[in-house]
This record gives sequence, C-alpha cells and structure tokens, in this order.
Amino acid sequence: MDLTLKIWRQDNRKAKGRFEIYTLKNISPDSSFLEMLDVLNEQLVSGGQEPVVFDHDCREGICGTCSLYINGRAHGPDDDITTCQLHMRKFRDGDTIVIEPWRAGGFPVIKDLMVDRTAFDQILQAGGFISVNTGSARDGNGILIPKHKADEAMDAAACIGCGACVATCKNSSAMLFVAGKVSHLALLPQGRPEAVRRAKAMVAKMDELGFGACTNTGACEVECPKGVSIEHIARLNREFLLANLKS
Amino acid sequence: MASFLNSSIGKKFLMSITGLFLITFLLVHLIVNSLIIFDPTGALFNSAAHFMGSNPVIKIVEPVLAIGFILHIIYACFLTLTNQWARPVDYDKKHAGNSSTWASRNMFVLGSLILIFLIIHLSNFFWKIKFTGSEMLDQSTVDGIENAYLLVTSFFIDWWWIDLIYVLGAIVLGIHLTHAFWAAFQTLGLSNDRWRKRLEVIGWIYTIIVAGGFAVIPLWVKISSMIN
Ligand code: HEM
Ligand code: FES
Repeated sequence: MDLTLKIWRQDNRKAKGRFEIYTLKNISPDSSFLEMLDVLNEQLVSGGQEPVVFDHDCREGICGTCSLYINGRAHGPDDDITTCQLHMRKFRDGDTIVIEPWRAGGFPVIKDLMVDRTAFDQILQAGGFISVNTGSARDGNGILIPKHKADEAMDAAACIGCGACVATCKNSSAMLFVAGKVSHLALLPQGRPEAVRRAKAMVAKMDELGFGACTNTGACEVECPKGVSIEHIARLNREFLLANLKS
Repeated sequence: MASFLNSSIGKKFLMSITGLFLITFLLVHLIVNSLIIFDPTGALFNSAAHFMGSNPVIKIVEPVLAIGFILHIIYACFLTLTNQWARPVDYDKKHAGNSSTWASRNMFVLGSLILIFLIIHLSNFFWKIKFTGSEMLDQSTVDGIENAYLLVTSFFIDWWWIDLIYVLGAIVLGIHLTHAFWAAFQTLGLSNDRWRKRLEVIGWIYTIIVAGGFAVIPLWVKISSMIN
C-alpha cells in the first residue's frame, strides 16, 4: 500500500505545532498501524530527521498506553479496539491518513502525538481505590456477590484508562473514565463503605483538572476500545447525587 | 449546596430538572392550545386561557416557570462555555457523526433558536394578554372573558410567515427534545442500558405529539380559514 500521512508535529509543550506530510510506499496491509508508524520512523531516522513521537507499550490492547486520533476518530476506523490493534487493511491503497494527538485541555501535548495523561492518575488518587489493605486473594466464596453485579462491575473495570472517551467527547469530558471506576467499586461490597467520599472526591478532581461536563452525546461509549457503557455514567450521576444528599 | 451547584454534575442536575419542568409545561400548554382545533367557536379555548390566567395555582407556577426557563438558559450558557474551554486546540479532522447524533452535539444552537422563537411568541400573545391588551381581546363572546382565540387565530390567518415561524419553532423544539428527553433521565441517574431504549422511545412519542401538535395548530387555523 502507498500512503500519504498528515501528522501533527510539536517540539514540546510550549511550542506551536504544525502538520507535516509524509509519504510511505509498500506498506503491507497485514501490518499494524503502529508498525506502519515504525516504518515511517525508520525512514525518517535514516534520512537524518527526528522520528515521530507516539505512545505505546503492550501493543496487545491491554495497557491503554497507545492513543492517536486517526482520520477523525479515536483509535481509528475500527470499533472496540485500541490503535495498537488496528491494521492497515482497514485503509485503502493511496489513502491520506490524518493523525492527531488526543485534544483536551486536561491532556497537554508533550511532543508530537504523545500527550500527558497524568490527570487520570490524579483523578484515581483522589478516590479511585479502597483504603484498607485487602491482603492476598480471598477465598472465592468468602464474600458473596450476585452474579449480575459481579458482571456489571467487571464491565466497568474493563476500562484501560487510554483517554479515548475524553479525546472523542465534544466537551473533553472525563465522565466515562470516572464512571468506570466509581461504578466498578460502587457495585461491590468492598467499595460501598467509601462510596460517598469517592464519588465526591473524584468528580471534584475531574472538574478541577479542566475536563468538560457530560452532555450525554454518547460518543465516548462508541469510541471506547473496551465498550464501557454510559449506563455507568448514569450510575455515577446517581452515586454523586445521593452522596450530596447524604452529607 | 454551593459546591454541589458548582460541580459539573450539579449544573447538569439543574439543567435536567428545569428541562423536565419545561417538558411538563409544554404538555399542559399543548392541551390548552388543542382546544383551538377541537372547538372552532373559540369558547372552550377562551375559558381555558382565562382559567390559566386567573387560577391561583397557575399564578404561582408562572413565575416558577419563568425562573426555570432562565436557569435552564443561564446554565446552558455556563456549560457550553466551560465545555468549549475544555478543548483549547480543536482537531483538524473530526468524524463526529459516527458516534453521536447531530441534535446531541448542537443543543446550544437549538436552544438559542428556541429562545429567539420564545421572544417572538411572547411578544405576539403573552405580552398583549398580560400587559398591553388589544382590540381583539376586548371583543368578548362570553362573560367579559378576553377573546384570546380571536387574537391567536387572526394572527395565524393574517400572516403566512407567522405560521412559518411557528412551524419552524416546533421543528427546532422537536429536535432539541429528541436528545433532551432521555438525557434528562440519564443526568438524574435514572437510566441504564435497558431503560435507555424505553426512555428514548417514550421521548420520541412525546416529541412527535408535542412538536407535531404545536406545528399543526397554526396550519390547521390557516388552512381551515382558506377552505371556509
Ligand atoms: C421549552 C423549551 C425547552 C425544553 C423543554 C428544554 C428541555 C431540555 C432538557 C430536558 C434537556 C436535557 C438536560 C440534560 O441533559 O440533562 C435540555 C438540554 C439543553 N438545553 Fe434545553 N430546553 C428548552 C429550551 C432551551 C433553551 C431556550 C436553551 C438555551 C438557550 C436550551 C439549551 C439547552 C442546552 C445547551 C442543553 C444541553 C445540556 C445538556 O445536554 O447537558 N434549552 N433541554
Ligand atoms: S499499546 Fe497497550 S493498549 Fe495499545
């Protein structure tokens, strides 16, 4: 496949960025999107140019490190996968592919396509945990949890913290991320004792860090690589409203 | 309380509550207006309008309604502005249609159009009935009750572009409602994957009845005047 890439380049946080156009030839349709970028970078390095900086780690869709807004969609044109799992067969020979970093005030660009997602860690540190040390893994039936609750909690916990929800939301809202954690812990008996404090602290942190408010467009759940549903946002709203009622 | 209303979800809570209040009001408003169609003599509509204007409960609800509208609009501006600031640099290429509806992305634009319509609408009728009065209102048919029917129908009969504005207003309101109805429940936390579909269906039925109803009334008045 021959491709034209339009890629956002930015030297550092403060620098003004710009788009650069690159051409690539003979890319295998079986290569992954990140392998295609690896080829580009080798081409750039051998030509004495700076490679394009982008985030990645596991390359198997579990760590949530890769990002990229590809042709106007978070994690590119395929559904329910991360950028590292996207393959070039989803594109056509001769395509122009626009690649941009996540765009949000809460996620400042560090360099090129790499953004700073520390904000998510800060939101988790505000309350996305259980304060007591739970020791080693418990006996399976030690705490009984109804199957449907365990399933729902697991669905919420599937979030890998990649930030596609923020990137794709027109309001740069982090609600789906916060909802994933609040919902996951609110559904389980271990999480209940701190539910009130957690909902308030995490929402306050999310607001403080400059993420927008949810307007229920539902774009986040469509682009979420793990398919986390916005019903968890409804639960977050419920938890937050009840938390404010209780105190 | 202050920290609640300053939080993003607190602001959304207010949008949702005021929105639901407006949704209830619209239904009552439509029921009263439909009397224009059901009773061509205008007597029923006039007595209903008079009842709405003089009844003590409505007298209390009226300012609450005004405050509801104002809060909805103020918080809409707040939210829309902060949400725009949350993305200082926008994307070069967006494919938003893939993941969300047009209405959900343009609630502020739709709301602003509703506001413009609302100002025209209030100056057409409410202002005259409440404050300035008009010759038509004075042409009473029953017991000295003001003839709102005559005022409203002659408006719709005399100027075709008024009908056009009212039909467009109803359409814009309908588009706002297609997203608003379900969203209000979602914001209150009263939704999940199963109820979402149900609420969306109820929302569509409500929208078709209300937006359709408000669009049909001026057209019905105009067309029946041309036939007779
Ligand atoms: C009779 C007229 C109106 C009704 C029945 C109505 C109803 C609603 C409802 C129920 C919502 C959903 C709230 C939520 O998402 O929780 C909403 C959202 C919204 N409304 Fe209205 N509204 C009306 C007029 C207006 C006006 C005049 C404006 C502003 C100029 C406006 C601006 C907005 C905006 C920006 C939203 C989006 C907020 C969001 O989705 O979070 N609306 N409306
Ligand atoms: S690199 Fe780990 S999820 Fe993509």
